[in-house]
Amino acid sequence: MSGRPAEPLYLQRRSYRMRRVIDACRLLPFLGGLLWLIPLLWPQGGEAAFPTSRAVLYMFGVWAVLIALGALISSWLPRGEEAEDSAASPAAPVRRAEDAP
Amino acid sequence: MSALNLLIAVSAGYVLVLFIVAWGAERAAARGRGGWVRAPIVYTLSLSVYCTAWTFYGAVGYAARSGLEFVTIYLGPTLVMLGWWIVLRKLVRIGRRNNITSIADLVSSRFGKSNTLAVGVTLIAVIGTTPYIALQLQSIALSFGAFSGGFTGAPAEEVDVSQVAAWSALGLALFTIVFGTRRLNVNERHHGVVMAIAVEAVVKLVALLAVGVFVVWGLSGGVTGTLARIDASAIGQWQMQSPRWVGITFLSAAAFLCLPRMFHVLVVENEDESFLRTASWAFPAYLMLMSLFVVPIAVVGLDLMPAGANPDLFVLTLPLSQGREGLAVLAFIGGFSSATSMVIVAAIAVSTMVSNHVVMPIFLRTSGTGALVSGDVRAAVLITRRFSIAGVVGLGYVYYALSTGGAALAQIGLISFSGAVQVLPAMLGGLFWRGANRRGAIAGLSCGFAVWTYALFLPSFGAGVVFSEALIETGPWGVTLLRPQALFGIAGLDPLLHGLFWSLALNVGAFVVVSLATFPQPLERLQGAQFVNVFQQTGGRVDLAGRSAQSEDLMVMAQRILGTDEALALFRGAAQAQGLAGFLPEPDAQFLERLERALAGSVGGATAHAMVSQITGGASVSVEDLMAVADETAQIMEYSSRLEAQSEELTRTARQLRSANQKLTRLSVQKDAFLSQISHELRTPMTSIRSFSDIMRAAPEMSTAERAEFAGIIHAEAERLSRLLDDLLDLSVLENGQVNLNLREGRLADVLAQASAAAALGEDGKRLEVVVAAGDVTLNTDLDRLGQVFINLISNARKYCRVAAPRLDIRAWTEADGRVMIDFVDNGEGIARDLQDVMFEKFSRDSDQKAGGAGLGLAICRQIMARLGGTIEYLPGRAGAAFRIILPQTASVAAA
Amino acid sequence: MGRHVLVIEDEQNITAAITFILSRDGWDVSTHANGVDALEAVQARVPDVLILDAMLPGRSGYDILRDLRAAPDLQELPVLMLTARGQAKDRARALEAGATQFMTKPFSNTEVVDAVRTLGGL
Repeated sequence: MSGRPAEPLYLQRRSYRMRRVIDACRLLPFLGGLLWLIPLLWPQGGEAAFPTSRAVLYMFGVWAVLIALGALISSWLPRGEEAEDSAASPAAPVRRAEDAP
Repeated sequence: MSALNLLIAVSAGYVLVLFIVAWGAERAAARGRGGWVRAPIVYTLSLSVYCTAWTFYGAVGYAARSGLEFVTIYLGPTLVMLGWWIVLRKLVRIGRRNNITSIADLVSSRFGKSNTLAVGVTLIAVIGTTPYIALQLQSIALSFGAFSGGFTGAPAEEVDVSQVAAWSALGLALFTIVFGTRRLNVNERHHGVVMAIAVEAVVKLVALLAVGVFVVWGLSGGVTGTLARIDASAIGQWQMQSPRWVGITFLSAAAFLCLPRMFHVLVVENEDESFLRTASWAFPAYLMLMSLFVVPIAVVGLDLMPAGANPDLFVLTLPLSQGREGLAVLAFIGGFSSATSMVIVAAIAVSTMVSNHVVMPIFLRTSGTGALVSGDVRAAVLITRRFSIAGVVGLGYVYYALSTGGAALAQIGLISFSGAVQVLPAMLGGLFWRGANRRGAIAGLSCGFAVWTYALFLPSFGAGVVFSEALIETGPWGVTLLRPQALFGIAGLDPLLHGLFWSLALNVGAFVVVSLATFPQPLERLQGAQFVNVFQQTGGRVDLAGRSAQSEDLMVMAQRILGTDEALALFRGAAQAQGLAGFLPEPDAQFLERLERALAGSVGGATAHAMVSQITGGASVSVEDLMAVADETAQIMEYSSRLEAQSEELTRTARQLRSANQKLTRLSVQKDAFLSQISHELRTPMTSIRSFSDIMRAAPEMSTAERAEFAGIIHAEAERLSRLLDDLLDLSVLENGQVNLNLREGRLADVLAQASAAAALGEDGKRLEVVVAAGDVTLNTDLDRLGQVFINLISNARKYCRVAAPRLDIRAWTEADGRVMIDFVDNGEGIARDLQDVMFEKFSRDSDQKAGGAGLGLAICRQIMARLGGTIEYLPGRAGAAFRIILPQTASVAAA
Repeated sequence: MGRHVLVIEDEQNITAAITFILSRDGWDVSTHANGVDALEAVQARVPDVLILDAMLPGRSGYDILRDLRAAPDLQELPVLMLTARGQAKDRARALEAGATQFMTKPFSNTEVVDAVRTLGGL
C-alpha cells in the first residue's frame, strides 16, 4: 500500500532539535534511576561503612539536579500542535494534490 | 481550654476553612472567573494526595527504623513525573479524549468497554483502598492521642481515640459528598475539591518544613551539626537491602500511576495537558521538600525522645516535648491535612468506580427498560455516588475499628500499593501494545489479584488471623510449594518483594500469553488502535454505524444524564455541525461517538456505550469499524475512503447491470411462457382435428353415425382454434394500441340486455339468470367493445357459477363525478384468493379446462377497459365472484 | 383379450381419438382424465403401456411420472409421454422424469400405434 508518504530522511533543524529534546525527556528518568542505583554499590557495615549524612547529601543532590534538568527540558519541549508533529509523525503529512478525491 | 478541646476547635476551624476554599473555587469556576483555580501549580499541588498521613508521620518512623529506605517511596513518582513524555502524556491524552472517569473506566474502555474488567479493577481498588483509608483514620486518632498528655501545665485527659476516628470519618464523608457530587459530569472536574487539596498540600508541606527547620536550626545547631548528629545516630551508617531499594522504587512508581486516587488527580482532574509540563519538575521538587527533613527529625527524635516513644509520631511529639505547642499544633494540622486529602480523593475516585461500574449497570438492568427509563437518571447517579462515598469511607472506618492494633495497619501501606499495581500490566499494555486484549487483561488481573491476596493481603493480618501459623509455615495441606510467603519453594525473600514479584510476574505472564493466544473482538481492536495511536489521530474514529438510531430517543436519554440544557446544547451543536436546523442531528458515527464520550463523563465508558448501543441498536461493530481498525493513520483512512468511493461506484454499476439483466431475463421468461402457452393452446385442438381426420381418411368403411360424430368433433375443435386466433389477434391489437374506437351514444341498459341475451344461454343448455338494474344511464363510448366485455363477464359467470340456480346481479349507477360504475355479482363460490392476483393475465383460467376458452377473456376485457378510459377490477369479499367496471360517461377521444 | 393400455389425458377428444385407433389395433384401452389420482388409477390396474399427457388438471404429468418411477413395481413400466408444448426442453424434462418415449402433439395415428406396439413389446 502506497498511501503513506515515506518519511523524509532529514528533518528541518528545528524539528531535529525538538526530537532530541524529547529524547532527553525520555532518558531523564533512566538517568535518575541509574544515579540512584549507585548507593547500592557503597560499602555497608563495618569500618568502611558509608556515613548516612553523605548518603543524604548525595541523594538530595541528585534529586535537585534532576529537578533542574526536568525544568529545563520541559521548558524546551514542543508545545501544542508542534508537539503532535514532532512526536507522532516526523514530518507533517504531505497531502499531494492528486490525493484529493 | 483543654488541649483536646483546642485540637477539636482547630480541626473544626481548619475544615471550615477548607469548606470556604472549596466553595469559593466552585463559585469562581462556575462564573467562569478564577483562572487561578485552573493553574498548573494547583494541578501540581493536587498531586500531593500521594503524600498521605502514612508518609507525613510514617516517613519519619520509617527512617528511624530503616534509614534512607523511606526515600524510595518518593523516588518512584519522581522518576515517573520526570519521564512524563513517555507515559503520563499519553495517559492524560487518552483520558481526556475519552472522558475517562477512573482507572477502572480506562482499562474497561481500552479492552472493548468490558464491564467485567471494570468490575474487577473496581474490586481491586476497593480492597486496596479500604485499609488505606483505615490507616488515615488511625493516624488522625493517634495524633489526637499524642496530645492526651496535655500541654505542659495542663491536666492530662483521656482521649477516646476511636470516637475521634468515627467523627473524622463522618466529617470526611460529608465533605466529600458535598464537594465531590455537586455535579454529575466528572469531566467538569471538582474544582472545589482540587483547590482544597492544593491548600492542604501547602499546609502539610509548611508544617513538615517548620518542624524540620526547628529540628535542624533550633535543636541541632544548623546543617553541619545535624549532619554530624545523623552520622552519630543509630542509622548513621549506610545500610541498604538492595532488592528492597529497587523493588520499592519500582513499586512506588507503579503505584503512582495505578492508585485510584492518583489516577483521579493525574488524569481525571487534569484540566489541561500542558499542566504536566510544570508538574513534571514541580512535583518532584515538592516530594523532595517533603522528605528533606525526614532524616533529621528521625535522628533527633531517636536522640531526644524516650526509648519507648513511637517514632511514627516524632513529628508531633518532638515539638511537644520541647514545649513548642504552637509548632505541634501546626504539625498536627499538617498530618490532619494529609489524612483528609487522601480520604477525600480516594473516596471520590473509588465511589465513582463503584457507582459507574457496579451500581449503575445493575440499576439500569433492574429498572427494566434500560436506557429508556423514565425520569432523571442523574438523580439516581448522584444518589448512588453519595451512597458509594459513604460506603467507601464507612468501610475504611469499619476496617479500622476491627483491626486490633497499629502493627497490622502500618504495614498495609506498601501492601495496598502492591494491590493497586496489579492493574499496571493491563493499563500499560493497553496503552502501548495493540495486541493486548480483553481476555489477556482479565487473565492477568485475576492471576495478579489472586496471588496478591494469597501472598500479601491475607498474611498481612498476621499469623493466626486469617491464615493459621501452620499454613504460613508449611503451606496449605502441607504443600510447601504453596507457602504464602515462599511460593514455589523460594524462601528467604523479603515477604513484600516476594509477593510483589510473584503477583506481577504471573500477572504479566498470563496477560501476555492469553493476549497472544486469543483473538480480540472488533470493538477491542478499534479501541486498542485508538488508545495506542492516540497521538496520530486527528479526528474521531470512523463508523459506529447506528443509522437506525432514533435521535429523539438519544435526546431523551442524554437529557436525563447530562441535564436538559447541556443535552440541548450538545445536540444543537451537533446538528449545526451537520448543517441541520433544530435540535436533532443525524445519528451518524461522529455524533454518536461524541455523545458517548459526553455520557461517559457521567456514567463511565462501558455504561455509556451500553446505553447508546441499546438505542442505536448498533451493539455490534460494523464492517466500517473493522476498516477503522485496519487504518492506522489519517492518510490511510483517506486512501481507503477513496477506495471505498470507487468500490461503491463499482457496486452501483454492477447493481444496475444486474437489474437490467434481471429485467431482460424476466421478459424472456415471460415471452417463453407466452409462446409455450400459445403452442399448447393451438396444438391441443389441432391434435384432435388431425387424429380424427386421419381416422376418417384411413377407414372409409365406418358408419354414418360415426362419421357424423367425428366430423362434429373436428368442427368443434376447428371453431375453438379460430376463436383462439380471434382472441389472440384482438388482444394483440388492443395491446399495441392500434384499435379504432367506434364512439356512439347509447343506453347502458340496452347494451347489457344485448350482452345477456347473447351470453346467458350456453351451448350446453345451461342457463344463467341475469338481473339488471341499470337505471337510465346514457353513455358515449364504443358500445360494441363494451358489449364484448359484458358478454365475457356474463359467460364467465355462466361457466363458473356452479350452483343449482345460477344468478348474476348487474347494478349500474353514476357517481357524482360523472363516472359510471357497473357491478357484476354472481351467487357462486367466488374466485380463489391466489387466482384473483393473476386472473387478468393472459392464459390464466380456472383449473377446470372443460369450461373452454384459452384464458384470454379477462385479459382482453382489461385491455378494452383501458382503451375506454376505465378499469375493471375484482371486488373481493363479496358473496360470489364480483367484478366492478368503472368508466367515464364519455370516453375521451384522446384515448383512441 | 389384447394387451392393456392406460391413457391419462384430460382433453376428451384426444382421449377419444387415441382410444379409437388403439382399440382398432387390438389393445384394451382404459382412460383417466385428471392428474390428482392418476397414480392410483395406474396402480389399480397396471397397464402394459401407459400414455401420459404432460399437462393435466391438478397435477403435472412430470410429477406423476416421477412418483410412478419411485414405486418399485412401476420402474420398468413403458411410458409414452405426450405434450402440446413442442420445445426441446420439454423433451429433456420428460426423459429426465422417466418417460420411455416422448411425442409432440399433434401426432399422426400411425406414429402412436407404432410407438405403443414397440413399447408393449410386440
